[in-house]
Amino acid sequence: MSDLSRRTRILVVDDEEIVRESLSGWLQKDGYTLAVAPDGPAALAEARRAPWSILLVDLKMPGMDGLTVLEEVKKLQPEAAVVIMTAYATIDTAVTAMKNGAYDYLVKPFDPEELSHLIRRIVESQALLRENVLLRKVLRRDYRFRDLLSKSPAMQAVFDLAKTAARSPSTILILGESGTGKELLARAIHAESLRSREPFVPVSCAALTETLLESELFGYEKGAFTGAGARRQGKFEAADRGSLFLDEIGDISPKLQMDLLRVLEERRFFRVGGNEPLHVDVRILAATNRDLKKAVAEGQFREDLFYRLNVIPITLPPLRERKEDIPLLAQHFIERLDAELQRKVEGLTAEAMEILMRHQWPGNIRELRNTLERAIVVASGHLIQAKDLGLALAAATEPGAAGGERSRLLSLSEVEREHVARVLKATGGNVSQAARVLGIDRVTLYAKMKKYDIRRPEDQSAENEETATR
Amino acid sequence: MPARLLHGRDRPADAFDPRRGQHSSTRILGWLAAACPPRIGKLLAVTDVDLFIPILTFVYGEAQLGGRAAVVSTARLQDGRGPTRSPLFLSRLLKEAVHELGHTFSLLHCGQEGCVMSRSVNLTEVDAKGETLCDDCRACLKQGGPEKAEEHERP
Repeated sequence: MSDLSRRTRILVVDDEEIVRESLSGWLQKDGYTLAVAPDGPAALAEARRAPWSILLVDLKMPGMDGLTVLEEVKKLQPEAAVVIMTAYATIDTAVTAMKNGAYDYLVKPFDPEELSHLIRRIVESQALLRENVLLRKVLRRDYRFRDLLSKSPAMQAVFDLAKTAARSPSTILILGESGTGKELLARAIHAESLRSREPFVPVSCAALTETLLESELFGYEKGAFTGAGARRQGKFEAADRGSLFLDEIGDISPKLQMDLLRVLEERRFFRVGGNEPLHVDVRILAATNRDLKKAVAEGQFREDLFYRLNVIPITLPPLRERKEDIPLLAQHFIERLDAELQRKVEGLTAEAMEILMRHQWPGNIRELRNTLERAIVVASGHLIQAKDLGLALAAATEPGAAGGERSRLLSLSEVEREHVARVLKATGGNVSQAARVLGIDRVTLYAKMKKYDIRRPEDQSAENEETATR
Repeated sequence: MPARLLHGRDRPADAFDPRRGQHSSTRILGWLAAACPPRIGKLLAVTDVDLFIPILTFVYGEAQLGGRAAVVSTARLQDGRGPTRSPLFLSRLLKEAVHELGHTFSLLHCGQEGCVMSRSVNLTEVDAKGETLCDDCRACLKQGGPEKAEEHERP
């Protein structure tokens, strides 16, 4: 007998004692918790007294009939499943019962198999429903605004704007450096919106090639290209009635910019290889770490698409501009990571916190989280020590810190270049590991390496070797 | 556990329902419980009549949960093909007898596949289960008919 059975409370409502006794006796042996009521008023008194999972209600009873009991119980306990039992098998009765909200009806006497199967079906469906509600709660809890931690005035202004914008149907463009929490903000906006019960579908535009992204977004018809063995739904369809989060929108190709513009203007699109236009009701949330205005000026991004996306722009400040949040975020991550990694770290030493405060965090919150994850893994005591952070040169990363060359004020990109190069060196040129430490994805890291002309140590040594042997 | 075989051809007069053409297992149980001598721990009746409880079309048997009386019927355990006392039939009867006796020891239906206390509402399910208790039910039995029976006393 499972706990689920034990927790299932069944009320048998029948004016015949022998029916009440035999039915409750039978179900009791299945481990369910049973009670009986001889008539409608007694059943309603029970329904007022305690919650019931299932009510088995006889249709014909003197005084109050089964349909009236059904109607009243549904008012008191809408989630209870009411099964109507009848000796008169008429379609009319069944239709009326089902219309009034009955879960099902049984014609007396019924086959044991039918009864057991029905009860099991109800119990399973109620368990699923409960699980669903729970999951929804968990999802909402994880992505509500109040869980986005910050006490900085700049972030509070961001949250206020985002909350107001969430309830409107407008497109929102979230701007900010890598790791500032753009997707988290998008999820919080979705959770706060009128579409919160519908899907939130994220797509990382930079992670895919143009053709892959096209079929990912719009889906494809069978035979649209080699390998398209069956029709596949795209993200736009998957997000119908919900929100589509287009991350790294600044990185999409000119062709996709045009396709996207068409969807935003016409609210319809075609699957790859398809002729039939598909209509969807999707709210677009887009994000980028690029300066889109600049990209427009340089002719890399369509101006018309920019204005379509830039209806409500929200800019997330980088972590270095809201350092007052670092202690709060650090404590939050430590608690969360402790649970995930099954460690018992309680906090940081003053020295370690000082390093966190002085670090420039080019990878922003993601970098902070990853740094703390590493620190929690290597920490030997209850407090994270400075050495556990793996930010050995942290003090030197502060632009303008005292001493020699550092007295010169560095630009942001110079700091970024130095930091990326240092992390790559520290990881022995392992790009995946370096990206994790920096809190950015590999594609972004490669882009930065290209931008700053940074090479991996082994590339350099290979080059040197080549030069030497020439 | 000592067991004694009693032969009796009597049946309670009011157990037969002419409308349904079946015998009420609940009436038979009441009659058995009343007739059961005090020194007898458990009384299992085996009958060839088809049994019912008012709400269900048939039952293979019925028992007093945590009580002394149980009844099983052979009426629906035949498959209609083999000899009357085929090994399959005897195995089914044994399973149902142990099952109903289990209820008299306060054991409830068990979710463990193969356990004789698992519920069976057709012959396929009867054939699928074993003739013995699973470890959990055995443990409950040893504890003297668990708290779980008390928890499920009818209100």
